[in-house]
Amino acid sequence: MGREREVAQKQQQSATSFTVEQLVAVNPYNPDILPDLENYVNEQVSSQTYSLDANLCLLRLYQFEPERMSTQIVARILVKALMAMPAPDFSLCLFLIPERVQMEEQFKTLIVLSHYLETARFRQFWDEAAKSRHLVEVVPGFEQAVQAYAIHVLSLTYQKVPRSILAEAINIEGLSLDKFLEHQVVNCGWILEKGQARGQLIVLPRNEFNHPELKKNSADSIPLEHITRIFPILG
Amino acid sequence: MAASYDYDDTAGYSQTAESLSYDPNVVPDSVKSFAVHLYRHIREKNVYEIHQMYETSFQTLSERMFKDTPWPSVDAVAKFVDNDHVFCLLYREMWFRHLYARLSPTLKQRIDSWDNYCSLFQVVLHGVVNMQLPNQWLWDMVDEFVYQFQSFCQYRAKMKNKTEQEIATLRQFDQAWNVYGVLNFLQALVEKSMIIQILEQEKEGLEQFTSTDGYDYDGGSNVLKVLGYFSMVGLLRVHCLLGDYHTGLKCLLPIDISQQGVYTIVIGSHITTIYHYGFANLMLRRYVEAIREFNKILLYIYKIKQYHQKSPQYEQILKKNEQMYALLAICLSLCPQVKLVDETVHSQLREKYGEKMLRMQRYDDEAFALYDELFSYACPKFITPSAPSYEEPLVNYNQDAYRLQLKLFLYEVKQQQLLSGVRTFLNVYSTISLGKLATYMEVDEPTLRTILMAYKHKTHAVDSDGKTISNADIDFYIDDDMVHVVESKPAKRYGDYFLRQIVKLEGVMNDMDRIKLD
Repeated sequence: MGREREVAQKQQQSATSFTVEQLVAVNPYNPDILPDLENYVNEQVSSQTYSLDANLCLLRLYQFEPERMSTQIVARILVKALMAMPAPDFSLCLFLIPERVQMEEQFKTLIVLSHYLETARFRQFWDEAAKSRHLVEVVPGFEQAVQAYAIHVLSLTYQKVPRSILAEAINIEGLSLDKFLEHQVVNCGWILEKGQARGQLIVLPRNEFNHPELKKNSADSIPLEHITRIFPILG
Repeated sequence: MAASYDYDDTAGYSQTAESLSYDPNVVPDSVKSFAVHLYRHIREKNVYEIHQMYETSFQTLSERMFKDTPWPSVDAVAKFVDNDHVFCLLYREMWFRHLYARLSPTLKQRIDSWDNYCSLFQVVLHGVVNMQLPNQWLWDMVDEFVYQFQSFCQYRAKMKNKTEQEIATLRQFDQAWNVYGVLNFLQALVEKSMIIQILEQEKEGLEQFTSTDGYDYDGGSNVLKVLGYFSMVGLLRVHCLLGDYHTGLKCLLPIDISQQGVYTIVIGSHITTIYHYGFANLMLRRYVEAIREFNKILLYIYKIKQYHQKSPQYEQILKKNEQMYALLAICLSLCPQVKLVDETVHSQLREKYGEKMLRMQRYDDEAFALYDELFSYACPKFITPSAPSYEEPLVNYNQDAYRLQLKLFLYEVKQQQLLSGVRTFLNVYSTISLGKLATYMEVDEPTLRTILMAYKHKTHAVDSDGKTISNADIDFYIDDDMVHVVESKPAKRYGDYFLRQIVKLEGVMNDMDRIKLD
């Protein structure tokens, strides 16, 4: 699947990561690459990169040989998968993790966190996350990733969102929020508006989901590939 | 779908009573003649005759003479076919398939069958096979291979009633039907056949595969190529059985399922492909994609069903047909895009599930019970691929994998609980204030905002390229505290239709030109 979402937040693909990716591509059903994949999970954590394919490959090997499973690594994979929202990666991982493992306290917590994100209950999410710092804080970039997801959902939903709603969703308030907004105005095309009764309104960038008129009529477009099939006839 | 068997619960250890009269060394004349002819047709690469014997004669003989007993043993038959190694492997493959379909394989037989597949695939992978076999047969091989793997996992997971001897055998032959072995064989067939590259090159007109239905008309063999091709479908299925939907779809990627292809030539392969493709998309929340493909194949089955009534696959076709209606009912309950469904399919669906689907909209306990029921009926037979721990008290774990997938699916359903309520109101308003909508839905405003955002999130899936795609039947946006409703219009694909007609017309014109020349 073209979705190699190695979110290269730091654009430095080290030599080793390249090799692991290749290992997964060339030899996905090889029990010997398990230690490499585990190291690679830790590397993704420290370098703020992400490879769903490599992590699923590791979970698959755990599934085949449960006695080799490291729950610490599984927990990290799950936190990383949460950070990949709105993609369904968290479920994809859970599908591969035996139920008795999911019963462990740390996984139960992560499942609850995922539930809040899936149902867009950001207030509850941030409360719960604050209680489980030990779990999520070991993975750098966690907060920012969830904020990005929250903004994604807000942008699907709102043309103009009240400041308080935004604050709750991304868990930033007061001066920090002013700063954040300033940054978004400059870099992401956000516009601040004076609301009628309840303070500031934020105009989110237009997209086809909050401005349906922008939706391209996909019916009119045919992929070139399909056209090429009738070239011999046309010619 | 080599035969109709979905219940391996009967898989006992002992041979049935009929076998008392069964002598594996007796070869009736009809079997001798069957083997001799089949062997000759294979040597002469007469695909048509091979296909006839494989599809018809084998079934007829099985029905007439081997209803409750296995076919004669390969050792007894070998002398009629020059002891040909490859033919014997093929004969045994059919022998085991027949056994699995009509009797209960013993543990020993399961292991022997695994060994036979190993030898057969080794020959194909490394040897020089220059046969030309019918696509149906090659599909059945891959299909049966995966089926027997799944059946073995189910069998092994029922530890409670295993005898000591069985356990000892399981431990001794721990490589038999090992999940790594199974996956690596399929993967090796895909790689060695270069099928992915062949399909790529075909797009550029450098190679022929689909246009010759996978056959090789230049004296070569189609066996490795086509086995490799079907192995991609095999991998999709194995990964679905393991709950790894993302990887499963990835394995299928080289096959463009928006087009006809070799996978559509064999009905069993066509149905297996779309069933698993649709199921994986359902689990990935890409409901529109699942609905589209289920709709297409159900319409297709509706039209061609009558021509398969006498086929050994008929029962299996009907079963998968019913299961896919159940899956379609689930998809449409979660994502009511009825416009995507053809009128014929829709009326069938209404007949089968109309009343249940109404109740599924309600999201109470009864509705959950229905989701549970339909999912359990229609899902693949999930497996736990790992070997049991033989030390601990022996427990059955054959239901574990299924229970996990069911639980996670129902969890998803639960998360979407409030969405159908929103839908009802969005259906009747073009604009409505948040306050008013909250009152109607009997929730407070902050809760309503989360419900609306959840609606957006759940109706917008991420596709294989990481792009956001809308599955929403009814969409909306919020401007401050006003909800504006937008109905999504179905996209008619005229382009595709015209393309197909152009190709068709060209075909007709070519045919007419040919007539003139004669």
